[in-house]
Amino acid sequence: MLAVGVIGGGLLVVTLRNIIHSAVAMMVCFGSLAGMYALLGAPIVAAAQVLIYLGAISVLILFAIMLTQAGDANLPSPFHRQALVAGPIALVFAGLVGWAAISTDWHVAAVTVAVSVTAIATSLFTDYALPFEILSLLLLVAIIGAIYLARRPEDEELH
Amino acid sequence: MGLQGYLIVSTLLFAIGAFGFLSRRNAILMLICIELMLNGVNLSLVAFNAYLPPASNAGAIFALLVMAVAAAEATVGLALVIAIIRTRQTPEVDEYSDLKE
Repeated sequence: MLAVGVIGGGLLVVTLRNIIHSAVAMMVCFGSLAGMYALLGAPIVAAAQVLIYLGAISVLILFAIMLTQAGDANLPSPFHRQALVAGPIALVFAGLVGWAAISTDWHVAAVTVAVSVTAIATSLFTDYALPFEILSLLLLVAIIGAIYLARRPEDEELH
Repeated sequence: MGLQGYLIVSTLLFAIGAFGFLSRRNAILMLICIELMLNGVNLSLVAFNAYLPPASNAGAIFALLVMAVAAAEATVGLALVIAIIRTRQTPEVDEYSDLKE
């Protein structure tokens, strides 16, 4: 059921003509993924998925669509002509990786262990403290860059 | 649905995202497809973390880090796309062909 949500949402994102419908299908896809993370015993990842993807990135993308939609949404075709090449390539990729996933003998654990929030917090601030700090720096740089890029040109500023 | 089911779902999600990125003409939709690909990889990381024996939580932590990087990437990418749409008045990527001529 959740897999149908993920794959169907993804297919709708790629094939729908109206980009706002695509964004809504993307939210369906991300919500189903959050359910899958919860089923896999990673509730903290599911919560982060809901907060970051459903909460932040979806709203950001919807805002960008509304800021840029010029009203001429009825294009002859939403697809580039290189779709004819991209389709077979994506199919071959999915076939190869899927075949590798099926034919490999994974030594699957007998019991799946849920990841506790405490364990994640402990290792995030001990073993993975350096990636965490680098990530905070990256987020700071991204914020500054986004402000610089999205600001109006100088001559349009009000004085 | 075991580990292989989750891996197949994640592979399909990545392939759908790659196909959309290569074939759609709208710049914002290409960014959405990048997010789809990142989510496919995230799903495989969390699935490996849940099913494979060494009982560590590296997969979940990698997934969280990938999410933060994806948020940064979406912010800067959307700012770039909005800036380029403001100057070129179109979101179609095949209209951005100044360097070709």
